[in-house]
Amino acid sequence: MARQSDEAFFWMLFSAGGVIAAILIPVHLFLFGLAFPLGWLPAPDYERLMSLVHMPLVRVYLFVFCSLPLFHWAHRFRYTLYDGLKVKHLNEVIFALCYGGAVAGTVLAAYLTWTIA
Amino acid sequence: MADKIILEVARYSPEQDTKPCFATYEVPVHKEWVVLDALNYIKDKVDGSLTYRWSCRMGICGSCGMMVNGEPKLTCATFLSSYAHNGNKIRVEPLRYFPVVRDLVTELSDFLVKLKKVKPWLIRKDTVPLSQGEFLQTPEQLDYYKQFSMCINCTLCYSACPVVGLDPKFVGPAAIALAQRYNLDSRDQGAVERIAVLAHPEGIWGCTFVGECTKVCPKHVDPAGAIQQYKLNAVLDWLTSFLMPRGHNSQDVKP
Ligand code: FES
Repeated sequence: MARQSDEAFFWMLFSAGGVIAAILIPVHLFLFGLAFPLGWLPAPDYERLMSLVHMPLVRVYLFVFCSLPLFHWAHRFRYTLYDGLKVKHLNEVIFALCYGGAVAGTVLAAYLTWTIA
Repeated sequence: MADKIILEVARYSPEQDTKPCFATYEVPVHKEWVVLDALNYIKDKVDGSLTYRWSCRMGICGSCGMMVNGEPKLTCATFLSSYAHNGNKIRVEPLRYFPVVRDLVTELSDFLVKLKKVKPWLIRKDTVPLSQGEFLQTPEQLDYYKQFSMCINCTLCYSACPVVGLDPKFVGPAAIALAQRYNLDSRDQGAVERIAVLAHPEGIWGCTFVGECTKVCPKHVDPAGAIQQYKLNAVLDWLTSFLMPRGHNSQDVKP
């Protein structure tokens, strides 16, 4: 079983990811999924977006934007497996799969946001 | 409204039965009658052996909690008329996830042990002589914890919580909310003594924020809110202990 300090750490990532997933992701989905393609708002052109993405602060923003919700997912999914499938005895495997997945996604996000040309 | 209602009541007598079964009773419906009135009617007029707990009949003592049509309810505050649409049938069972002593009476020892573990009383590090008078508290300081102090230990929240059902060791909603009631009390200095039990995988971290405890609470205590609040405190506490390994106590969050 995880220690208190681990639980606090993962819950912190979970709740931070939850805030992003609940507040920021819908804004992005609305803008890029509806408002720009349907012409409700004037869409920024490609060059403008690329110059934005090249700013270090925007890169950090995109990285955090991708990474933290993955930890939100990992925590939620871990407990969904524990309680939904009643497999708490497989704690170590589930723990490794969920948070391992989030770490892998984080590494990929870091790679993509820093190497984007 | 029909003038009769059918009550299916769980009966279990450990001396004779291997498992609970249901007995059906027809009960007259009066406009103001609650489920507890119907049970009292059965006990007085039909079968005196029916066993259940109750005392105040006004939502204060917390002893009349039962599952009514699958939902944890105070039977003294649950009107028969609200079930008239339900084919006039009401199923009454003992509160879920507790061992049953007899009929509708649950065994509360495990809950009481958990309750005691969180030290739900005022803890002082100093001993102030009586001659110095009372500990004064502003209305604002009272408001800070008052909601959590409304708990009547009816244990409805335990029956509503799926985590309690899955993990019997989980400290549970009411006990954590009561611990938080004292943590937030300006007169209390015992938050540190409660950390070990609360900030534990079987304490607050066991909670997955289903929120049913808050929904069924007849006193609007909001145990789910108390638990999430405490999780945040525990994270802050963990962060401070990480950054300042010595001499921190962010559990003291009182105004
Ligand atoms: S009898 Fe006291 S709360 Fe219902």
